[in-house]
Amino acid sequence: MSPPPHLAPSSGAAADRLFRLVTAGAAWLVLIVLGGAAVSMAWGGRLAFETFGWRFIASRDWDPVSGKFGALIPIYGTLATSIIALLIAVPVSIGIALFLTDIAPRWLRAPIGMAIELLAAIPSIIYGMWGLFVFAPFMAAHVEPWLTGKLGGLPVIGPLFTGPPIGIGLLTASVVLGIMIIPFITAVARDVFNAVPSSLKEAAVALGSTRWEILSRVTLPYTRSAIIGAIFLGLGRALGETMAVTFVLGNAHDLSPSLLMPSNSIAAAIANEFTEADTELYRSSLIALAFLLFVVTFLVLCAAKLMLMRVGRTHGRSQ
Amino acid sequence: MKSRILAVAAAALLTAACGTNEGNQAQRAAGSQQITGAGSTFVYPVLSAWAADYQKHSGTSVNYQSIGSGGGISQVEAGTVDFGATDQPLKSDELAKNGLAQFPVVVGGIVPVVNIAGLASGKLKLTGPVLADIYQGKIKSWNDPVIAKLNPGLNLPNAAIATVHRSDGSGTTFNFTHYLSQVSPAWKSGPGEGKTVAWTGGVGGKGNEGVAAYVKQLPNSIGYVEYAYVMQNGMTCALLQNAAGNFVAPSADSFAAAAATADWAHAPDFNLVMTNAAGANAYPIAASTFILLHKQPKDKAKSNAAIAFFKYALEHGQGQAKKLDYVPLPDALVKQIETYIGANIK
Repeated sequence: MSPPPHLAPSSGAAADRLFRLVTAGAAWLVLIVLGGAAVSMAWGGRLAFETFGWRFIASRDWDPVSGKFGALIPIYGTLATSIIALLIAVPVSIGIALFLTDIAPRWLRAPIGMAIELLAAIPSIIYGMWGLFVFAPFMAAHVEPWLTGKLGGLPVIGPLFTGPPIGIGLLTASVVLGIMIIPFITAVARDVFNAVPSSLKEAAVALGSTRWEILSRVTLPYTRSAIIGAIFLGLGRALGETMAVTFVLGNAHDLSPSLLMPSNSIAAAIANEFTEADTELYRSSLIALAFLLFVVTFLVLCAAKLMLMRVGRTHGRSQ
Repeated sequence: MKSRILAVAAAALLTAACGTNEGNQAQRAAGSQQITGAGSTFVYPVLSAWAADYQKHSGTSVNYQSIGSGGGISQVEAGTVDFGATDQPLKSDELAKNGLAQFPVVVGGIVPVVNIAGLASGKLKLTGPVLADIYQGKIKSWNDPVIAKLNPGLNLPNAAIATVHRSDGSGTTFNFTHYLSQVSPAWKSGPGEGKTVAWTGGVGGKGNEGVAAYVKQLPNSIGYVEYAYVMQNGMTCALLQNAAGNFVAPSADSFAAAAATADWAHAPDFNLVMTNAAGANAYPIAASTFILLHKQPKDKAKSNAAIAFFKYALEHGQGQAKKLDYVPLPDALVKQIETYIGANIK
């Protein structure tokens, strides 16, 4: 079914218009889906917002029997696990990426790079199972008693490491999340480190820079904005992770200062409770939680954008 | 929404995974009747075993989706499935509102399991109020005098009790908390009964398997799981004192005793939770799953097919139920159910 030859010139213009329409449609579709999701979640959660108002965000109640719901604990659990996961994942990922691009011998780069990509392909439920059956007992037997013994008595940070070593809780969930997001941050970081022009690095070498100076003064500043983007990509994934967190977070609606105690996250609460949420208000509260996760993620992305703009500005000024 | 899609996908995968030869039969039986149901996950293993047997027997295929009791109720109310299954019986006025009939199909039990080093299964004795106090954090240690008094001669550790509960809404939690509400006024006025309640402390495991895994891993922990999980995982169970004052072990016999002594005759629409049954050998946390059917179905043929299926299951499904660690209903109750179906479903 090829078009007749005499139509060829005009069909080129038509094809161009069609192409434009298709791509624009695809782009608009994203906005429509996103807006539709936000609106439908806000609509589904309206009963909870109407009933509890602002208290929904500030309350630590979660009592399906008497119909009192509050999102404070899931919000706290979501943010705390994601932030600790980032604290673990970012240095490790950047270390891996720098090693792969600048330090590792050439024959080692492909196997490690491949391993990282494989790590990204592991389904999250496998991480959850591993966390529950292998990592949590290890934390309970070795890491948590040590943390409680060494750090539990200290002022200020001491309360973070108190409580019985049960192996299931915020810290374990954070470490598992950290391992899960390492491949995402590493993959982006490696690609942008590879994109640093070798002329810049060679110039630094010519000026007598050490390897560390090249990394800290050439590679990292040059790729700063892309690295921040990579970090927020990882954070976005950590915020919404459901399965792995459900396995190791403990799923308890408790607010404890200790990182060793069980908590809950927004995604885990929804996954756990949605199927049997049998009152209107209960279901609405879970949908409202989903909306809040959406809002939290949106705010995080806004923060990333702001940070990128500021980095761009200061960077521009210093040159 | 995601979780529901996941659950449905998982159920679909499960049926696909264990359905290789059932698929062939379905093809053979193509053109014959197909009935669909949805609801309780508790009843899923035995219901699918019955469905496979029934298809060989009659050619009718039964497609059951274990999406949870809440989902089962709303789907049968909406008429998208032919029958629903719920672990928490509906009240007569709720049934009347949607024109539904309800009857139990199988009995199981919910068993407190513990992880205490050196303790053999069936040695620890607990009462309902003590269990409630443990779960409310009022009894904090295994060597608490109250527990010691129930267990003279048993050497219990001076260790904090870690409680494990279900993190997902479930009929297991409903029956467990229903029992605690029956025997402990403090529990009744505190957390109360429901498929999820506001727990005091402890960790939440997803599903029976999650609770079983947590109890196995946390030293000095206590949890509650369905009987089948106790058997399959070789867990350490505790004895519970029943309403007659005896300490009974969970077993098919003690669940059957609970089902037999429960006062079904005076429960309209079988709206009865079997916890704290009166019999001398009755297990105190016996539970049942209830089937929901429309009283005046739009599709009469399908409704009749569903009734025929449950008749078959109640009369001939005992062997399968026992094999899967469920307890078949006592004969007297089966007769009562058949009379009820005949009288209520047109």
